[in-house]
Amino acid sequence: MTALRIEHLQKTYKSGFIALHDLNLSIPEGDFFALLGANGAGKSTIIGIICSLINKTAGKIHIFNHDLDTATIQAKQFIGLVPQEFNFNIFEPIMEVLINQAGYYGILRKYAIPRAKHLLKQLELYEKRNHSAIQLSGGMKRRLMIARALMHNPKLLILDEPTAGVDVEIRQSMWKYLRTINTQGTTIILTTHYLEEAEQLCRNIAIICHGKILLHTSMQELLTQVEDEPLVLELSSPLSVKPIIPGYYISLIDPITLEIQMQNNTPLNTLFQSLSTQHIYVKNIRAKQNRLETFFLNLINDK
Amino acid sequence: MLYYVAYKTILIKEILRFSRIWIQTILPPVITTILYFIIFGQLIGSQLSPIDGYNYIEYITPGLILMHIISNSYANVVSSFYSTKFHHNIEEMLISPTPNAIILLGYLSGGILRGLAVALAVSSVSLLFSPLSAQHPTTIIIVAILTASLFSMGGFINAIFAKSFDDISIIPTFVLTPLTYLGGIFYSISMLPEIWQTLSLGNPILYMINLFRYGFLGISDIPTNIALFIILGFNVLLFTISLQLLNKGIGIKS
Repeated sequence: MTALRIEHLQKTYKSGFIALHDLNLSIPEGDFFALLGANGAGKSTIIGIICSLINKTAGKIHIFNHDLDTATIQAKQFIGLVPQEFNFNIFEPIMEVLINQAGYYGILRKYAIPRAKHLLKQLELYEKRNHSAIQLSGGMKRRLMIARALMHNPKLLILDEPTAGVDVEIRQSMWKYLRTINTQGTTIILTTHYLEEAEQLCRNIAIICHGKILLHTSMQELLTQVEDEPLVLELSSPLSVKPIIPGYYISLIDPITLEIQMQNNTPLNTLFQSLSTQHIYVKNIRAKQNRLETFFLNLINDK
Repeated sequence: MLYYVAYKTILIKEILRFSRIWIQTILPPVITTILYFIIFGQLIGSQLSPIDGYNYIEYITPGLILMHIISNSYANVVSSFYSTKFHHNIEEMLISPTPNAIILLGYLSGGILRGLAVALAVSSVSLLFSPLSAQHPTTIIIVAILTASLFSMGGFINAIFAKSFDDISIIPTFVLTPLTYLGGIFYSISMLPEIWQTLSLGNPILYMINLFRYGFLGISDIPTNIALFIILGFNVLLFTISLQLLNKGIGIKS
């Protein structure tokens, strides 16, 4: 079944700015889907329209085959949103935030309380359950928004930059949790500026630019399209001139750092053998930039 | 089930909101009422001759109670809905399957209940200064609820269009207060020159105050059935406008 089907979606703001041009997108049930694009590309507009926060100009949206215009209540039951900005009542105790959210979905308090406790435990917020949201740290607030979005057990979870401003440890634990709920059957749509996050989590991807889908493919397929992958090598001893190895474009960044441009299907063994014969030894190796990031920037810049 | 639970959720949230801050919501009307009774009722009122057979303090009591119903039901919804909009919590409801009519009813009920809570507190205080008879108790209850509902919707519409916290105080200051004071709380319109009597008929609050006074004292400057019809008509009109605004997402959606 299709979790989300967008047909000919258009949005023109009152200012005349066209945010979406006849956009079509389909996301299958159970997918972990990345929606990427630069700021102002139209990602938040799409999410806003799906979540009834922005009025569309034209087009159709179906959530699990329910038309958002004609079967609004049924369609909305499936959606959970973790928005980009904190939007809960900061003065309410966090248990109340969650119970109220459940109430808007028709869930009685007696069922909402155990569900809220369960989610708070899962997201390591249980100890803070009686605190008001204003007392939480940034990372905790992000997790509270995830808990809130999951209160009614949505089948489609939309995360709009969920890990922005979150430290590495919390980000890793959030990834783990998101993977778990995805394996349990929740379809997830993720927008993020951390392309490594999309690469780690998502199976399918769409790149949007100026309100149009530039690319819609699987993550695996996309990564095979990534041609160049610059590597940075840290050397054991300094060099005065850059080595020359046929087939590789090498620059000497400083006496102990080499940057190597290579095709992504070139074996690294040849490179290391050539370096060894020239008595150049490598202490450390890393990718200069996330490969998806490079591809993304090239694609956006081309357009 | 969805409608009932969603409505109850909004209503409880609203009741908790105004009752948690009772020092700001319930107490001030009680204090201002005491001051009105002391100054207008006892000090000035004792020098005045009775109006329609009632001494001045008895005559102004229903109007004072209704004045607080008007200002508090309005203030409750305008401040609550605007801050929900300002802090974007409104998105919690807009994303959910809760229909707009339920959202509107939830906020209106919150405004009505605050209006009635304040009316109860003010009425209790007024008993310290003047006997409070109830000639037509059903009329009192109906007018109190309809007036609170009407001004809750007024507050709702104000909050929809407000773009800053300043905008939510403009209408109460420059429209509501003058209309309330000129609506016959402190006088009978029969005491006014003819031209002012005619102009006063354009003030909807006049009808509410007179019908409310009729409930307590059995006297009114306006035929009661016309007054009731006008209050009901305004309720229907503002409910339709409020719901339309919410459905179109004016002031809350781009």
